[in-house]
Amino acid sequence: MMLLFDKLQSLGHSSLTSLQRLGRGHVFLMQVLPAMEGMLFRPGLLIRQMYSVGVLTLLIIVVAGLFVGMVMALQSYYALVDFGAEDSVSVMVVLSLLRELGPVVTALLFAGRAGSALTAEIGLMKATEQLSGMEMMAVNPIERVIAPRFLAGFLSMPLLAAIFSAVGVMGGYLVAVELLGLDAGAFWSQAVSNVDLYHDLGNGMIKSAVFGFVVVWIAVFEGYDCVPTSDGLGKATTRTVVHSSLAVLGLDFVLTALMFSE
Amino acid sequence: MSTRTIEIMVGLFVAAGIAALFMLAMKVSNLATYGGDEGYIISASFDNIGGLKVRSLVSASGVRVGQVTGIEYDSDGYEARVTMSIDPQYDKFPTDTAASIMTSGLLGEQYVGLQPGAEEEYLKAGSEVELTQSALVLEQIIGQFLYNMAEEK
Repeated sequence: MMLLFDKLQSLGHSSLTSLQRLGRGHVFLMQVLPAMEGMLFRPGLLIRQMYSVGVLTLLIIVVAGLFVGMVMALQSYYALVDFGAEDSVSVMVVLSLLRELGPVVTALLFAGRAGSALTAEIGLMKATEQLSGMEMMAVNPIERVIAPRFLAGFLSMPLLAAIFSAVGVMGGYLVAVELLGLDAGAFWSQAVSNVDLYHDLGNGMIKSAVFGFVVVWIAVFEGYDCVPTSDGLGKATTRTVVHSSLAVLGLDFVLTALMFSE
Repeated sequence: MSTRTIEIMVGLFVAAGIAALFMLAMKVSNLATYGGDEGYIISASFDNIGGLKVRSLVSASGVRVGQVTGIEYDSDGYEARVTMSIDPQYDKFPTDTAASIMTSGLLGEQYVGLQPGAEEEYLKAGSEVELTQSALVLEQIIGQFLYNMAEEK
């Protein structure tokens, strides 16, 4: 009997803790969003964060995009050549990049590269009491530290996703035209006649903006909310990557169902 | 690293992102052929549209001249009513133009093909194409073929 109550208690405790964290996350977001206006007066803060969040993530995005595009072209070529439809390789590559792979893979890489770095940086600031120090000097750490990182991540994600897709298309072009010897004119014209500006490119960009918002929200919240010890910091960084990847994949399903159901 | 270098790098990053968007919009999407809003609208009624969809191609002699903008069922005439937007530069389709639903390749997508007639007057916004030919439904053809086979025996 006692054992049952113990189990029930631990279940209740963990549900309450997760609910509390969820609530704190939303309260935190409500504090960050109004603090955005401070950025109007100090754009330098934003530029510096765009560098560490966006520019430094560029390399992995470009390399991943190139290879994803190349593999997509190869795989769809092998599948389509049996039906004599190898001219549609470009449609396959471009549509899957714009609709799914561009936003999703970019968000996953972004969570791993930029999200974890954000959590670790903010968490260490908290552990070394830099955030409390700022408050002592009447500087709002949310306005000075969190808001620029948040906005930088949110702005960088769609740009990174666009670069990923563009590089992926070029990778697909390299494989399809240069390696497999398909016709370059058919490659582009098939893509143009099957890809819609708003329906495919536009929705892909909306997706990437939503993913950017969620990933960067989780990342800065985990850093700001972490237990300020080396152990807590490690756990917070892990949680950032795991939670934001899961959130991206789950949201992707919801967004796809909303956007592409006709 | 100096502020100047960082700002230059960020500028490059933003420029690259916008350039990538621009390249995707121009090179692989239908922005260049986006005449959907400015084109003039004509309509046609078909007995059966098969797998025709909104945004399907409208072509004449194999050249894209517009796209399908709407499909609805007309319960008065028991027919499917297809509205098409034709790009404004192709404004010389005679009034006895025929519209038929065709398939690109054996299993490909369906599109509306326009065959110009010989009248002196041209279709304009709101005109209706009178001569139409429905889609070939593969199941019906196979069904007829099997039926004929059975009769011969």
